Amino acid sequence: MVPLSCYLVLSGILFACGVAGFLIKRNIITIFMSIELMLNGANLSFVAFAAQWKALSGQIFVFFVMVVAAAEAAVGLAIIIAVFRTRETLNVDRVNLLKL
Amino acid sequence: MTPNFHLWLIPLLPLFGAAINGLFGRRFGRKLAASVGLTFSGAACAQGLWVALEFSSLGTGLYRESLAVWIHAGDLHVDFAFYLDQLSLIMLLIVSGVGFLIHIYSVGYMGKEAGLYRFFSYLNLFLFFMLTLVLASNYLLMFVGWEGVGLASYLLIGFWFTKDQAASAGKKAFIANRIGDFGFLIGLFLLIKHFGSLDFESLFASIQLRSPETQSAGLLTSIALLLMVGACGKSAQIPLYVWLPDAMEGPTPVSALIHAATMVTAGIYMIARSHLIFDRAPVAGMTVAILGTLTAFFAATIAIVQTDIKKVLAYSTISQLGYMFLACGVAAYTAGIFHLMTHAFFKGLLFLAAGAVMHATGGEQDMRAMGGLRTKIPWTFWTMTMATFAIAGIPPLAGFFSKDEILWQAYASARGSWLYWLLGVITASMTSFYMFRLWFLTFFGEYRGGRAQTHLPAQPAGPGGQAGGHNLPRVPSEHGGIHESPKVMLVPMVILAVLSVVGGWVSYHHTFENFLSPVFRGAGAASAVETRPSSSAGESPLEESGERETLFTTLSVAAAAFGFFLAWLLYHRRPELPKSIAHEILGLYHTVLHKYYVDELYAILFVNPLLKGSAKLLWRGIDQNVIDAGLDASAHATRRLSDTMRHMQSGNLRSYAGWMSLGAAAVIAYMVWTGIP
Repeated sequence: MVPLSCYLVLSGILFACGVAGFLIKRNIITIFMSIELMLNGANLSFVAFAAQWKALSGQIFVFFVMVVAAAEAAVGLAIIIAVFRTRETLNVDRVNLLKL
Repeated sequence: MTPNFHLWLIPLLPLFGAAINGLFGRRFGRKLAASVGLTFSGAACAQGLWVALEFSSLGTGLYRESLAVWIHAGDLHVDFAFYLDQLSLIMLLIVSGVGFLIHIYSVGYMGKEAGLYRFFSYLNLFLFFMLTLVLASNYLLMFVGWEGVGLASYLLIGFWFTKDQAASAGKKAFIANRIGDFGFLIGLFLLIKHFGSLDFESLFASIQLRSPETQSAGLLTSIALLLMVGACGKSAQIPLYVWLPDAMEGPTPVSALIHAATMVTAGIYMIARSHLIFDRAPVAGMTVAILGTLTAFFAATIAIVQTDIKKVLAYSTISQLGYMFLACGVAAYTAGIFHLMTHAFFKGLLFLAAGAVMHATGGEQDMRAMGGLRTKIPWTFWTMTMATFAIAGIPPLAGFFSKDEILWQAYASARGSWLYWLLGVITASMTSFYMFRLWFLTFFGEYRGGRAQTHLPAQPAGPGGQAGGHNLPRVPSEHGGIHESPKVMLVPMVILAVLSVVGGWVSYHHTFENFLSPVFRGAGAASAVETRPSSSAGESPLEESGERETLFTTLSVAAAAFGFFLAWLLYHRRPELPKSIAHEILGLYHTVLHKYYVDELYAILFVNPLLKGSAKLLWRGIDQNVIDAGLDASAHATRRLSDTMRHMQSGNLRSYAGWMSLGAAAVIAYMVWTGIP
């Protein structure tokens, strides 16, 4: 049986990687992936606790998060494509104006 | 059943007049403004007379009328309540009667003045506050009136507010009175703290329970002394008298009403009202007597050398108020109130007559530019003669009876002393001297006036005051030259002249004393027992006291006659003598002429240190360096801080995200560290 603390540490590492990627990277797609990483870090701690305390609500929460993440991915990728079409770049530092 | 006097109406009537004139007077014509002023003061006077006529129907001689609860806090109850006994009845009659007469006079005197409505509004306001003062049934309501008359006095002194002297004289009066009021207030606080009441009846009842031997003697003495400070301010006694001479900058009817007949006597009224406290505080009584005697004496010496007709009368007022103080100090309250009444008549008249003289000569106030007016303004001359003889103490006019009574009590009362009497008699002869000096200079000899001579060397000016300020807007001399005043001015003068003549006769057979005796029951009994030639020891001492009283009376009449003779000699017979005498004693003469440099002394001792202190310490020191500097420093600090902080808001989304995660990390670290679950 893997102890709970390992899951939590892994979840923390995943989340920290997500944060770091979000802050450092300039490519929108990478940033997008970093956000997914953070969400999944959180998901991992949810399921870990749920398994530990034998509570079902944690598991169900994860499904919700996954659904929202999927929806977000769909919308987000659509936006990214729209951005790329108008500005021909994926560098966020260039995408700092709301209006062209 | 006791009648209902509706006392509350008496003060309120003039207040209505003041409100009407004050709010709408600007649109009124002169006649309407004057008639509003006259109607309401006359109504108050009429109701006062009606109350006086009905007064005898009161069995007990006491009447109380409570209108509403004012303050009800803990054990302290203060009501809007009015109180009538023999003392307040006399004050009520003096204030409303003399007040109404002077209102009439003002119609003539101020008739051509711009802002007549303002004048009558203030004058009515004054009556309202003064009547509140005398009719109040507790110290707090009395204090309201007390402050109010100060306000009215300030407004009226500064009536010609475009004139700098008048404006500053008003301020001086107000400030000098504030000093006294401060003492009065602390006295009231002590009364509340130790007796828990300000209502006359309950307060005096609880004071009466304490005899002088108990420990409260020191307390009562301090209360009495503090009340005396208040009275000193209002009644212009040493050391707070300096405002009264300057107050002559106001219109002459104001000087007559406020600064001679009524307001300045409020202090004496207050002491007489609080006589139960002063009876139990011999030290305070002695202080009052000493202050009164000194004031009477010094003010009389100053009055001798003044050349401004109103200034002479002003110092004379201070001196006569000193007499009243002396009477109160030796527990002869009846004599004090008696003198207050007669003084209201003859001094009011003297001011009115002085106003008539100024009216006749086109605003001249310097007596050196008068003279020979006897035949030109006979009515003024004769009324003023009555008043002059009355104040000088020539029998059988009013001033003789009251002054004689005070002098006799100053010697014979238990608290009296021959020293008071001696100074009092000297003052009496000086009074007679300066009054006849004024009389001779104004009405006898050759007329020295005329436009060319108005540039006589002006009298030395004190810091606040200035002589030779022509109060009346000059009536052009083409306006008939020297002329008698109109009837509307003469009638009040004649009435007051009659009162000055017969006013003293009420003391015949001790009528006045018996009338007031219920008020001063305690004091009267005490002085009757303690009168020095013990009256309980049989016939012969009584007779001796009677003989001595006759002797004293003769002496005081002789003093007055001496003053008359001296004035006649110096200012009528040998008019060149005064100058040479003044030359002989030049140093003394100048000291007195400069009013003993008291104004200068106060300027050095109090005014300048205060000015400099507030400029250097309060203004530049505290206000600029502490308050302003502190405010500026906090503003600078905020600006510098936000200067640094604003770099956080770069507009870069990722830096925001960084700050956010840093903040979240900090919060989590804090929670982990403190162990919050």
